[in-house]
Amino acid sequence: MKVSYYPGCTLKTKAKNLEDAAVSSMAALGVDFQELQRWNCCGAVHSLADDDLIHHVAPVRDLVRAMDQGSRQVVTLCSMCYNTLARANLLMRNDEVKRKTINDFMSEETDYHGEVEVVHFLNFLRDTVGWDTLRSRVKASLNGMKVASYYGCTLVRPADVAIEPAGGGKVMNEFIDALGGSPVDFAASTVCCGSYQILAHPEAALEVIGRIIESASSAGAEALILSCPLCEYNLAKKQAELVSSGKISKKLPVYYFTQLLAIALGLGPEASRLDLNEAGSVEFLKAKNFPVESGARA
Amino acid sequence: MLPETAPVRACGLVYPARALTEPLCFLNVKGKRKNMPIEISEKTIKHEFIEKVSQLSGQDIFKCFQCGTCGGACPMSGQMETLPRRIMRMAQLGMEENVSGSETSFTCASCHTCSANCPRGIDLARVMEAVRLLTLRKNVNKINPSKVPAETVRELPQIALVSCFRKLTS
Ligand code: SF4
Ligand code: SF4
Repeated sequence: MKVSYYPGCTLKTKAKNLEDAAVSSMAALGVDFQELQRWNCCGAVHSLADDDLIHHVAPVRDLVRAMDQGSRQVVTLCSMCYNTLARANLLMRNDEVKRKTINDFMSEETDYHGEVEVVHFLNFLRDTVGWDTLRSRVKASLNGMKVASYYGCTLVRPADVAIEPAGGGKVMNEFIDALGGSPVDFAASTVCCGSYQILAHPEAALEVIGRIIESASSAGAEALILSCPLCEYNLAKKQAELVSSGKISKKLPVYYFTQLLAIALGLGPEASRLDLNEAGSVEFLKAKNFPVESGARA
Repeated sequence: MLPETAPVRACGLVYPARALTEPLCFLNVKGKRKNMPIEISEKTIKHEFIEKVSQLSGQDIFKCFQCGTCGGACPMSGQMETLPRRIMRMAQLGMEENVSGSETSFTCASCHTCSANCPRGIDLARVMEAVRLLTLRKNVNKINPSKVPAETVRELPQIALVSCFRKLTS
């Protein structure tokens, strides 16, 4: 099965672990993940101002590329790319006037009307691979590991691009369940991690990051999974700082959901790429006897 | 200046103009967290500002009935200079200096939690963007990309840098 895949910038640099784990897992499941050719940055955020059309050009161009390369679907991994592409797609489907302006502006490209479907990898696993197939391919069950699903903002807001209908919040839990883990519900699973404000207003972001980690830990989670490199930076890389400032009582291992997928499928360290995670996350899985360690840590 | 009896649209209700010439509101201006009387009159209401915020955001800001759900749900409200509800109220009253002078829209993380919860269906994240842009478009930068330490640039994921610069620079 050939599937068109849009990685986005961060997966090629800071979040190789999100990408490598997904690509290896798909190969193991017999899905031919084909990276879109000549893709560009999606712009990371959707422009909210009515007169700001220029910032929609980047994501729309990616969708045009997908259409021109014969894809009906484009699968994304990064939550922010998903949100930006899906919202630009909706705009091109629903707003006749803006669609015309954008198409006219991009006169060198094929006209686009929202022909391509933007699909997040979690929904691809659910709808195309299927939980039953996935369950049958698990070689190293998570064995009841208590895992909290962190959705953050961009997978669930706004409602018209949410990967599940409002009140859903199930797909990541179903994913954990298929891998043999025990999903842990926690109050902050869709609370914003502070996003890019970690750069401009770090105090405000750190406050909410602390609340999210505490919420997951106190709900009994042993680990937390997510699908966004910015959430990962905030929720994983900032934990040491939060422990020393007393905002959280203990560290909580954080993984990209694709990493637990690779591990459960029995793939080795080259696939799960835990060498790129924070200290403590490899140790946690090693203590549970998963084969997660390669040579040197990066 | 309107004649005394001409109706003026503010806060979703129609007031006689005279009511607006008297100091009628106690608002916490600029988040000083203390009440101080302010005057709202036809002289102080910046209609053009109301118009621009409405156009850029595509929202009817007069729908807001000041319930405060937005700020209650907002992850950043603890560190915001002015609560989102107050921004809405001041925007309705055309208080341009107070709205644009507040750091609130630059502390916003565009997370859409307020929009998802507003009982009046206002996409407040878009109102925040409109308010931000009206300042940024005067060639103002709230963060200077060249001043971000090299260490931070090495560490941060690209999406963090791109989104921050998109939201906080002109
Ligand atoms: S939630 Fe909506 S109606 Fe309530 S104060 Fe905020 S913007 Fe106004
Ligand atoms: S979009 Fe901005 S104002 Fe609204 S809840 Fe998020 S941070 Fe707060």
